[in-house]
Amino acid sequence: MSDLLALATSVVEKAQAGEGMEVYVVRGSETEVRAYEGSLESLTSADSSGVGIRVVLEGAEGEGSRLGFAWAGSLDPAVIEAALADARDNARYATPDPDVVLARPDGASVVEQDLWDDGVTATPMEDKIALALELERATRAADDRVRQVSSADYSDERAEMALASTTGIRSSARRTTAFVSVDAIAGVGADTQTGTGFSVGRAPADLDPDEAMGEAVQRSTRLLGAQKAQSGRYTVVFDPRVVSTLLSVMASALSGEAVVKGRSFFAGRIGESVANAAVTLVDDPTDSRAFSASTYDAEGLACRRNVLISDGMLRMFVFDTVSARRAQMQSTGSAVRGGFAGTPSAGCRALVLQPGTKGADDILASVGDGLYVQSVTGIHSGVNTVSGDFSVGAEGLMIRGGALAEPVREVTVASTLQRMLQSIVEIGGDLRWLPGSAAGQTLAIADMQLSGE
Amino acid sequence: MWGGCPTGGVSSEEGTGTTITIPPVTDTSLIPNDVVERVLAAALAKGGEMAEVFAEDSTSSGAMMDDHRVEELSSGRSRGAGIRVVDGETTGFAHTADLSEAGLFAAAAAAAAVAREGGGKVRTVALGPTRAHAARAQVLPGSVEKAAKLELLTRADGAARAAGDAIVQVQVGYGDSRRRILIANSEGLLAEDDQVRTRFNVMCVANGDTGMQTGYESLARTEGYEIFARHNVEDLAGIAAGRALAKLSARPAPSGEVPIVLAGGSGGILFHEACGHGLEADHIVKDASVYTGQVGELVASPLVTLVDDGTVAGEWGNFAVDDEGHAPARNVLIENGILTDYMWDWLRAHREGRASSGNGRRQSYQHLPMVRMTNTYLLAGTENADEIVAQTPSGVYVKKLGGGQVNTATGDFVFGTTEAYLIENGHVTEPLRDANLIGNGPEVLRRIDAVADDFDMTPGTCGKDGQSVPVGCGQATLRITGVTLGGTA
Repeated sequence: MSDLLALATSVVEKAQAGEGMEVYVVRGSETEVRAYEGSLESLTSADSSGVGIRVVLEGAEGEGSRLGFAWAGSLDPAVIEAALADARDNARYATPDPDVVLARPDGASVVEQDLWDDGVTATPMEDKIALALELERATRAADDRVRQVSSADYSDERAEMALASTTGIRSSARRTTAFVSVDAIAGVGADTQTGTGFSVGRAPADLDPDEAMGEAVQRSTRLLGAQKAQSGRYTVVFDPRVVSTLLSVMASALSGEAVVKGRSFFAGRIGESVANAAVTLVDDPTDSRAFSASTYDAEGLACRRNVLISDGMLRMFVFDTVSARRAQMQSTGSAVRGGFAGTPSAGCRALVLQPGTKGADDILASVGDGLYVQSVTGIHSGVNTVSGDFSVGAEGLMIRGGALAEPVREVTVASTLQRMLQSIVEIGGDLRWLPGSAAGQTLAIADMQLSGE
Repeated sequence: MWGGCPTGGVSSEEGTGTTITIPPVTDTSLIPNDVVERVLAAALAKGGEMAEVFAEDSTSSGAMMDDHRVEELSSGRSRGAGIRVVDGETTGFAHTADLSEAGLFAAAAAAAAVAREGGGKVRTVALGPTRAHAARAQVLPGSVEKAAKLELLTRADGAARAAGDAIVQVQVGYGDSRRRILIANSEGLLAEDDQVRTRFNVMCVANGDTGMQTGYESLARTEGYEIFARHNVEDLAGIAAGRALAKLSARPAPSGEVPIVLAGGSGGILFHEACGHGLEADHIVKDASVYTGQVGELVASPLVTLVDDGTVAGEWGNFAVDDEGHAPARNVLIENGILTDYMWDWLRAHREGRASSGNGRRQSYQHLPMVRMTNTYLLAGTENADEIVAQTPSGVYVKKLGGGQVNTATGDFVFGTTEAYLIENGHVTEPLRDANLIGNGPEVLRRIDAVADDFDMTPGTCGKDGQSVPVGCGQATLRITGVTLGGTA
């Protein structure tokens, strides 16, 4: 048993009669290096830890239970004791609810993920600093039109988590991540454009700084000279990074919690066609290639592969324990939480749109004329997963004669999520595993409204 | 810098520096002064021009009513210190949850790792007198019974549901936080603040023939529980419900460039995105802003006088000292359309040989400070809001804005509507579905041709480089002659 799991278990053992308890503990360390103009701009190194405690006060038969939560940014025994007292006190005030229960082991098979690479600790700090410095230098040197590199970062993280509960959950996991990213600013005369590139992995050795550099340079330079485009209806081709972002946002409409509370445009549509028949959407944290792969969910249940949409039909939503009970379903092992200071809720971790066979060039060729979008802005102000309304800022290039043509900026593309899913005309085979909760590939959606000139 | 020079400072005189004995800061000091002085000295042991200790003890509590039920009461505590060492172009930073002398020394050593070897001199740091600031709250939220807070949730829930049968879902949130901070640096600065914030928000879903729509309203103040004596939660709930209900009959927003009238207090996010971020000195010094080198230039309509002001009592972006220990100020950024100055934190100001403008902020002790906005607002004009609408033959009237985003290097920005209507023949008519607006900062600011006298502020959360801080935004009703609206019609 890891020492963290022993700690979580020792707290759970303090549960009193009539009281359920779940204790989630996290410990981690991080390094962040930023290079600028050939120098080390900043170096951050830190350890952190924390605890989140949920207490469930069981009511009389048929009355339901009450939930209280408290967290603290420390694993000091006195601090944990105080958080426990707070959680107990908070529970006294909640509304009794028969659906409020802690997760119980459900027998789902555990797909162990090896998400730990000692390379994060074994790599000397000088090498990590050198990675950022070299990334910055190479990006500046790559193209005369790159006039500034506003940041070139290396970062890594080690995190260990454990969860124990009075309902018999005992789980622990650990992961490492390493990341490089670079922001290039290209300029010719008064014209300025930006591009970001990155690479992710479990350790420094997994990283491909050339790929990050190449992406930042290509994305910034190819937008030089960009203008507004003519307003109209276009087929829009989204690049894999944008698709990953769009799926991550749409994921909140696939949360069983949003559905049972009537806050999803998918509510009530199980078994219906919600997308083009070519669309199969899977949430699979057991795929170790996913950046967000995980052995256990945020309630300590085994993560599993959930097919949410197949052949265009909506098959299921993802559930944590409480939302599953509200919907008279079972947890799908899909509890997520925003660190120790958050409570579990239902969410997707590793969405993948089942890839097709075409590469990006083939898709451009088949689309013929349209807009290629390399980045979007205003996702959070412009995508409403309750109404389905979709309107985002976009930049990219026109597609003419089946190939990329002149660059475009300061336009929006709009539709509704409902229409977009039905209007998917091409799904690329160029699947890319990206940070966040979804992978992405080139995707073409017909008949979107472009607002420009 | 806050009023008057600190009396202390770094002395590098081979260990002979005089240490001034200072009485305890206050009885609630997070770290004793003598410990702070030793830690700062240790942080500079390998060299470096500035060391800083930022200690924080924050508590928060929240309650949420969702679907008729009080689902979750939560409380949290975070306590720790971040230590920064600046040596030439390089900043070293480390943080720890351990506020003991040993814990602080370990963090100081980690932060000092960036300093070039060979400083070698024994440093002594002597802190100046404390500038301590008591909490600006009449009623500390922590002193209020939880049952009373829950009563607010129940009242708002009831009011939202009473607004119309089409309201099918209501989520009400209450939250408060208290953040005590201590900042000391090797220049002798020593400051403390006690920041109390209280917020309340209502989110409604209405269901109709054309699908579901959402409405949201929030109240957020850098004050205590007394805000509920002045603000009625039923009113907030009514506004949120009204937004969702209005949109049930909404038609798709137009597509393309249209004149826009932004209602007073509709969000003010226009300025936050169109120029606020671009006027932050960290972007300026890296030539990553369209406003670099534009001081003294006309960058906006002469109707635009834009101020960033952390001193506005009670507003969401208010504080007594920033997260580098400096007093906030009323900084005029654009005056009658002419760019007058940028916003500065210690680091960027230091390199330019000037003073911080009180804009050094950070999310928590686990983060490095950077240049951030506080309360950013456009000064009111003289026109009448209704007249501005009446004099707009056709366009879009935006009653409430949601979030936004900007690329400071290009100036292109978006901001989203959450309540908007068509303007036809000078009258506000049909409601519109949500959409984003897109524009280029300097271009859009030049197109402001009318500003009214009905100024109001709204709270928001500003995210930058992974850090979130509370900010305020304000503006009176104004008109922009043309912005691209990203609708579908």
